[in-house]
Amino acid sequence: MSTFTPTEMMTVAAARALSNDDVCFVGIGAPSAACNLARLTHAPDITLIYESGTIGTAPTVLPLSIGDGELCDTALNTVSVPEMFRYWLQGGRITVGFLGGAQLDRFGNINTTVVGDYDNPKVRLPGGGGAPEIAISCGEIFITMKQSTRGFVEKLDFITSLGHGKGGSDRADHGVHTKGPTRLITDLAVWQPDPQTKEFTVTSLHPGASRKDVQDTVGWPAKFADHVLETPAPSAEELQVLRDLQARTKAAHEGK
Amino acid sequence: MAKFQSLADAVADNLNDGDSAAFEGFTHLIPHAAAHEVIRQCRKDLTVMRMTPDMIYDQLIGMGCVKKMIFSFAGNPGVGLLRRFRDALENGWPHQLEIEEHSHAAMANAYEAGAAGLPCAIFRGYRGAELTRVNPNIKFVECPFSGENLATVPALRPDVAVIHALKANRNGDVFLEGITGVQKEAVLAAKRSIVTVEEIVDDFEGLSPNATVLPAWTVTSIAVVPGGAHPSYTQGYYGRDNGAYLEWDKIASDRDMFMDWMKANVLDQTPDIFAARVAHLKTQG
Repeated sequence: MSTFTPTEMMTVAAARALSNDDVCFVGIGAPSAACNLARLTHAPDITLIYESGTIGTAPTVLPLSIGDGELCDTALNTVSVPEMFRYWLQGGRITVGFLGGAQLDRFGNINTTVVGDYDNPKVRLPGGGGAPEIAISCGEIFITMKQSTRGFVEKLDFITSLGHGKGGSDRADHGVHTKGPTRLITDLAVWQPDPQTKEFTVTSLHPGASRKDVQDTVGWPAKFADHVLETPAPSAEELQVLRDLQARTKAAHEGK
Repeated sequence: MAKFQSLADAVADNLNDGDSAAFEGFTHLIPHAAAHEVIRQCRKDLTVMRMTPDMIYDQLIGMGCVKKMIFSFAGNPGVGLLRRFRDALENGWPHQLEIEEHSHAAMANAYEAGAAGLPCAIFRGYRGAELTRVNPNIKFVECPFSGENLATVPALRPDVAVIHALKANRNGDVFLEGITGVQKEAVLAAKRSIVTVEEIVDDFEGLSPNATVLPAWTVTSIAVVPGGAHPSYTQGYYGRDNGAYLEWDKIASDRDMFMDWMKANVLDQTPDIFAARVAHLKTQG
């Protein structure tokens, strides 16, 4: 077994969470890498949808932006953005949405809007984009983020998109009846919500990651499942496909 | 009826200080050449809107053209944050900037409502999201049939919509394909429109009957600017210049570097420069 980076482990673990039958709303960055890795390995018929309007896309390189020409060229169909958000997302036709963010709390609520006060920001982030409605309209949500105390916080500066709210039945109390975040995949572990409290709980540690590593990079007292598994290391094939994809992508984005 | 004009005349005739304007495009077909002409003509106090304001909004804001921005994602996708936008919000440079922030779903619905002549858009959105606390233009209504609580936002109806398209025919009808974003809705929602195109053709023979076409009578001004979307792209004409987006992150990181770049590449240039910028990005067919 060759060595691998924590980011590669995160991407592979996220890819494995997807199935061939999924219809997936893909975001740029780690989600895009994971979704395309799934498509190029165990889920060749997965349907990838980008919010720019491309349905059933199969890019050979990862897009730098959500609307790269590659996505349209390889899509089954490309629709207008209003149609994408009305018929496809709001219409309930997406099984999995992938989200990430600058800040995350233990209930899977996400901030991509602002660090500090909204009207007097320390850091102005890009904003929600599709996330507020992706979070409530997709069948379930997977979150990918690298762990850090800066990102995994006790209290968000701003709730851009709803996870499990304050926990328990709070999501349903907001009138939202999709599952919400069902999996948090980081560079150290896989977390899943507790069935009652909805607080993220570590269910699987990646090879080489300890409970202390997890706790040191989270701004709240981390919960662990009764039986924490070890995430299987990336296979040689998974690593090869991912690295080839990243190499093709790097060459393309440097204008080769 | 669409009028063929130079880009300078199209901007001079249609966009006034204090207007609201939508420079739309969803990664694809972003009207860079038109935005540069607006900067050269020193428009002030604009209220600008776009779902995904990126480099051209960073430039318009940094050059002091913008009073207020309505948006849903202000970033350089895959690259980082918009540094001139951040400088305006965090430090008030070159002056204070008002914002009205939405989600993509809200803006897409709001343009569609504008195109449809409705006062507002209704959709299932914003539940549990905190933008509802800071944006008074997000309200909720009860569906009179089901009782469901639904989000509503005002329709977007800009004074001017500015877009880039593939081609116009001699009649002034405009054709675009590929990722079409919200451009059709923005033009139909706006009082006036400026469309830059790659070329003018005799007719649209051979196009699919379901193609995206804006009839001449829905468009105000058309200007031919080959390469006018660069470093964005035009499907079938040239690819996206990803390197330029990566480079912008460095240029925009420093006020002096930004001003030097704007002088050399915008203020001291004309729309003719865009054709040369895409020469190495041309695609087949």
